[in-house]
Amino acid sequence: MVALTREEQAMLDGESGAAIAKAMDLLVRYADALGAERFVETNNVAGVPGSSPQWVKDHYAADGGDYRAVFSRYDLDSDDVVDVPRMNAFSCHLQGGMDPELWREQGMSEAAHANFVSDEAEVAGHGIQTLKTCTPYLAGNMPVMGEHCAWMESSAVVFANSVVGARTNCEGRESTSAAMLAKRIPDWGFHRDDFRLGQHSVDVRMPVDSVFEWGMLGYFVGDAVQDTIPVITGDISDANLIRHKHFGAAAASSGGVEMYHMVGITPEAPSVEAAFGGAAKGERFVYDAAARARVYETLNSVGSSTDVDYVMLGCPHYSIEQIAQAAALIEGRKVHENSALWIFTSRAVKAEADASGYARILRSAGALLMTDTCSAISQAVPKGTRVAALDSAKQVHYLPAMLGIEGLYGTTAECIDAACTGKWQGRLA
Amino acid sequence: MIETLEQPRLVIHGRKVVGGVAEGEALVTRDTISGWGGIDSATGTVIESRHELKGVSFAGKILVFPGAKGSSGWSNAFHMARLRGTAPLAMVFNVMTTKIALGAVVMRVPTVTDCDADPLDHIRTGDWVRVDGDAGTIAIWDRRPG
Repeated sequence: MVALTREEQAMLDGESGAAIAKAMDLLVRYADALGAERFVETNNVAGVPGSSPQWVKDHYAADGGDYRAVFSRYDLDSDDVVDVPRMNAFSCHLQGGMDPELWREQGMSEAAHANFVSDEAEVAGHGIQTLKTCTPYLAGNMPVMGEHCAWMESSAVVFANSVVGARTNCEGRESTSAAMLAKRIPDWGFHRDDFRLGQHSVDVRMPVDSVFEWGMLGYFVGDAVQDTIPVITGDISDANLIRHKHFGAAAASSGGVEMYHMVGITPEAPSVEAAFGGAAKGERFVYDAAARARVYETLNSVGSSTDVDYVMLGCPHYSIEQIAQAAALIEGRKVHENSALWIFTSRAVKAEADASGYARILRSAGALLMTDTCSAISQAVPKGTRVAALDSAKQVHYLPAMLGIEGLYGTTAECIDAACTGKWQGRLA
Repeated sequence: MIETLEQPRLVIHGRKVVGGVAEGEALVTRDTISGWGGIDSATGTVIESRHELKGVSFAGKILVFPGAKGSSGWSNAFHMARLRGTAPLAMVFNVMTTKIALGAVVMRVPTVTDCDADPLDHIRTGDWVRVDGDAGTIAIWDRRPG
């Protein structure tokens, strides 16, 4: 049984109100399920609090079918409906279901949009930042080393743990909603020093020096180590935010990696010894030319057509640097009449893209710059899409399987060429 | 609780994740299961490409599997299954993660882990299984006891 401080017991007993009592009740059940012995305090929570499609609201029609009913009964898994106050922790809403302006282009109905607007007003009204992105660290929530967070979104979790040295498990909707109220999360997993040590080695014997290459290495690593912690050494260079973002998202998708160590690159891996912390070293995997070719083949295995009718960029949500690159690649060209180009980012980065002129360049080329969501989250693609080209190993892992379409993986430049010609000419150099 | 007169073939002992008692037919897989993007909550069916249970429904079954993988939407996907009436009756798994702990809690189904014998080696699809979450026991019969 999880041990409670006096303050936590008081919250559970209802001294801070019914909603916080329900939040603590759920967190206690969750901590006991994990086998956690105590809670840590957190003031950095990212989730999808209270947002729900209409059918979930209808499911709770007897309770009023509103945000309050959904937050109580679903997010807090409470048997009673309670008044939901403003959140106590610094709280952010991750990605949502549609673009706030281009939702018609995404094929959303008036009713679904009205539901989205209503949920968003509730989210903002409860003191939750409407970052609406899978990359909160690019949109106003950058944690620091050692900070205890409670985040959802596997690509953001692996970034926070590995690149920043912040501490978060891969939380879920209900635990993050409860943590927003109670400012507590079970002291288990990545909150604890011993859990953060490396378990297996990956020796990189091919130069990995671009977003495209980092993405493929990430996909290989996840497939190799599954949900354990890899310690990666060898020929990796030119680390930057975008590369880590794509590497982590890929490793979290193919395997379930929630933290990785790159020796000499990530903050908890100054050396191989430090990364393993003296613990036993597990298996050793080698990433060489043959392994790289196999990954490329896997990522391009769904389908055979080279007629690309959709190009999606922005998984995880594009940074301003990536939008600048995309604008440079497409300036003076046009998206082909048989194709479409949608680029996804956060609202904060889109505002910067507008101010910097990139949004105008993309618009004149016929591309759409969208926020909040992506094609996998919203299951929205241009009507009639059969073949999608993607520069994200994560997105090519999910999107074809979810929508029954063909998928192609390549560099950003190859994807933009495909958007402008309607033809795929990507290849493994 | 259903009275079972025959002795079980085997009783495995583990640790409570979620309390309660349920019994039914086992559905066993050696593949980990993804929630978001891995199951269809409306039908309780596994949809992941190349999964050995692809197209198979776990609704109303005792789900025996290594554990959870994939998106942080795991609990949400299985919570939606509970709302749709397609959740498993109970769960037995080997590897603890935040995804499966939270998912089991919000599904509110009896769940046991940390077993003294590997349930994947001792339970077959179609076996009749009673999961007692509070006692942390899993009783296994070859078929539904008469």
